Amino acid sequence: MEIKFTNRGSTLIATFSGELDHHFAEYARNKIEGELLKATTRNVVFDLSRLSFMDSSGIGVIVGRYANVRKLGGNTAIICKDQKICRILELSGILKLMPICGDLEHAMNALASA
Amino acid sequence: MQPVNEMKLEFLSKSSNEAFARVVAAAFVSQLDPTLEELADVKTAVSEAVTNAIIHGYENKYGIIRMTCRQFDKSVEIEISDDGRGIENIEEAMQPLFTSKPDMERSGMGFTVMESFMDNVRVTSKPGEGTTVTLSKHFGSLDGRE
Repeated sequence: MEIKFTNRGSTLIATFSGELDHHFAEYARNKIEGELLKATTRNVVFDLSRLSFMDSSGIGVIVGRYANVRKLGGNTAIICKDQKICRILELSGILKLMPICGDLEHAMNALASA
Repeated sequence: MQPVNEMKLEFLSKSSNEAFARVVAAAFVSQLDPTLEELADVKTAVSEAVTNAIIHGYENKYGIIRMTCRQFDKSVEIEISDDGRGIENIEEAMQPLFTSKPDMERSGMGFTVMESFMDNVRVTSKPGEGTTVTLSKHFGSLDGRE
């Protein structure tokens, strides 16, 4: 699994690729936390559209980061295209915390109007 | 009902084996020629069950996890068992969002995901002796095929 980071203004975009399971959850958590420490970050987009697999371990990674982003007054959004991954996210009730969007533009718009 | 094919696998409760176990299960089940969608359902459910055995059964100490896969005409049954600490209250453990390890950022969605992606999930457990999770799924895409 790999996570790449890009910035758009004060929004950090974390693009996941490969497989996100319990084995890679800690790695993902630490990498994102490291980026969050950078003062410019306010909002975070979790781009899951390049993941080929995710189980419920991914929910813990996202919800844990959500809590930290909220503490600093920011918001989060998810980009998801895979039906199965979207279903796992929906089952967890994560939609109550952040929107699930089809692409980056929608995610940026959702954050702008949050 | 007699299985048409069966395989057994034993592996150490290392987290790197989560991917190994789900890929092996999918490879075995793919002999039935289900859809990619159905295969992905199986992979996800196996990943959840194996992760539970590692985190909760053995609590990150090393032990042996056994996986038995049985193929039937149009369905599959996968049994994942450990000799770990077991579950005191199965009903409670299976509730959505219930987790005994919130500090580890576990979402408590493992059993819910298994139940949502498979047709049936059966759990037997004895505290101090271990847990067996049996996942079964009928492949609707095979109906009507001879």
